[in-house]
Amino acid sequence: MNNLVLETKGLTKHYGGFVAVDNLNLMMRRGEVFGLLGPNGAGKTTTILMLLGLTEPTKGQVRVLGFDPARQPLSVKARVGYMPDQVGFYDELTARENLIYIAKLNGFPRDVIKKRVENAIERVHLTQVIDKRVGTFSRGMRQRLGLADVLIKNPQLIIMDEPTQGLDPELAHEFLGLIRSLKEEGTTILLSSHLLHQVQVVCDRVGLFSKGRMVLQGTVPELARKVLGGAFRVQIQADGSASKLRQALQNLRDVNKVNLDNGTFEIEAQNDIRADAADAVIKAGGRLKRLNVESQSLDDIYTRYFEEVSHESLN
Amino acid sequence: MSHSIDRMKNREDREGSPWTGLTAVLTKEMADHLTGARVLILELLILLTAVGTIFTALKNINTTTDNEFVYLKLFTTAQEPLPPFVFFLAILVPIIAIALSFDSVNGEFNRRTLSRVLAQPVYRDALLLGKFLGGLLTLTLVFSAIWLLIFGIGIFKLGVPPTVEETGRALWFLLATVFYGGIWMALAMAFSTVFRSSATAALASIAVWAFFIFFWNIVVGLLLPVFVPQQITKVEDLVTASQTQQLLSRISPITLYADITTILLQPTERFLGFVLPVQLDRAIKAPLPLGQSVLVIWPQLTGLIAATILIFAICYTLFQRQEIRA
Repeated sequence: MNNLVLETKGLTKHYGGFVAVDNLNLMMRRGEVFGLLGPNGAGKTTTILMLLGLTEPTKGQVRVLGFDPARQPLSVKARVGYMPDQVGFYDELTARENLIYIAKLNGFPRDVIKKRVENAIERVHLTQVIDKRVGTFSRGMRQRLGLADVLIKNPQLIIMDEPTQGLDPELAHEFLGLIRSLKEEGTTILLSSHLLHQVQVVCDRVGLFSKGRMVLQGTVPELARKVLGGAFRVQIQADGSASKLRQALQNLRDVNKVNLDNGTFEIEAQNDIRADAADAVIKAGGRLKRLNVESQSLDDIYTRYFEEVSHESLN
Repeated sequence: MSHSIDRMKNREDREGSPWTGLTAVLTKEMADHLTGARVLILELLILLTAVGTIFTALKNINTTTDNEFVYLKLFTTAQEPLPPFVFFLAILVPIIAIALSFDSVNGEFNRRTLSRVLAQPVYRDALLLGKFLGGLLTLTLVFSAIWLLIFGIGIFKLGVPPTVEETGRALWFLLATVFYGGIWMALAMAFSTVFRSSATAALASIAVWAFFIFFWNIVVGLLLPVFVPQQITKVEDLVTASQTQQLLSRISPITLYADITTILLQPTERFLGFVLPVQLDRAIKAPLPLGQSVLVIWPQLTGLIAATILIFAICYTLFQRQEIRA
């Protein structure tokens, strides 16, 4: 069996004169969690709809689990779970009834439906409210029910559009925990978001979307190297001669840049050079007060990237 | 040309049946309708008018002299100030049909359930047809119940069982009533596809209904001089004028339904519209057999069904082309 779950080649979508997705090449392997990042309107949702065959591409090829969504939408949709942004339910029906409807649409045999629905609800910890009307559910419960709705068909690939949007931090954290547990079971997940730190927590690889184009793709450290130059940022506070210390730090291996900001040295390095830096400070006669390494944050990458892009376009 | 061939080829390439999931949608829609407060209110409304008009009709039916087609007379007999039940049907059926479907598509949009449902292995075809058939079956169910109720009251109060002829006519009338509702249901569904707001769709449907109920006859009166000569001198002119007027007024489904009602429920009626005395020469004033009555209103009946299918087809095309992202 082919290890590729998803592949697009030159995928393009025009709405009239507007280019929503431009020449997208994307690949996902089995068991991978991929994050589509980008500001609102960057083309994330359009891409997802094309992957599901809900919108026809203007140009280009898509393969999802070996099927072409435009030609074999039923095969694709039977194997792929899709959770739309701001997932909606029939408020007047109970959680169970909502899921039973979806199970019926999937054509599951009658005796399987009950079991599957109950299992899915249990996975997202909603068993206690299974027979309550969805109209009474909170935002977080709806979101979890949305995930149950996807899990019903034991999907080989789960696509989630902005899964944590509108959730408070605690609920978002809980939801990410659910996603992570799915990941541990080996489910392949594609999720889109503009909440970067959340994506960073769960995704193996990310793709940065801007104006319909995938401008960057890779693991978070890879992107950090590409965009931030140094992937590690070490912060040092020390007493002593600033120029001496600076000199000592600059001479260290793998250091790209040293900045002095408000008595704190900001070092951009290719490795975690904390031990060497501490050593250097002491050898230069400084008294080390604080030493900290900042993990590479997608927020930085994102901000820096879009800063650079806008600079370039200004120049 | 090659483009259209390509398209046809793609259509053939489409995997699976477009009706996968149809029963799931249909049962859900019917369950929604039958348990919802909306249908309950409408059912009560039509039940009250039925019972009210039937009991006034019963007071006016003299079982010793009106011994033919008494059951049909239950539908058509009236006493001032209350019009007969068929009149209420002509007014209320569209309202019920519109109420069942004015939010069928945009309601799914607004609840954000559409993309979730269409992400399941079903085509849009099944969703729309399931919704439409679910509504139509609900109508059939409601009207069948009303019909049975009327016949039940009849048996109870009249003391004679309905004849085969009467039952047959009532069943044909039921069919016509369902498709009369079907037109309005398809119309409301088309509006619910076009307008994102359910209220707008409902208002647009009601506007069309009001136009045909209140204004169409006026419009026909205004249009008539365009088609026929002002000065009528010959009999032929008179016939043409009358026929043109009839033709125009039959654009309204309400006229079609009224025609069907007249012929089916009053078996002695054998003509619709303008008739010359010559044509009535030697005609016996006797009731037509059911087959002959059906033959008279066959164009009207097929017209109702055709209009239902046509409007649904338009709605279907609109829905297929719609972008589903909210």
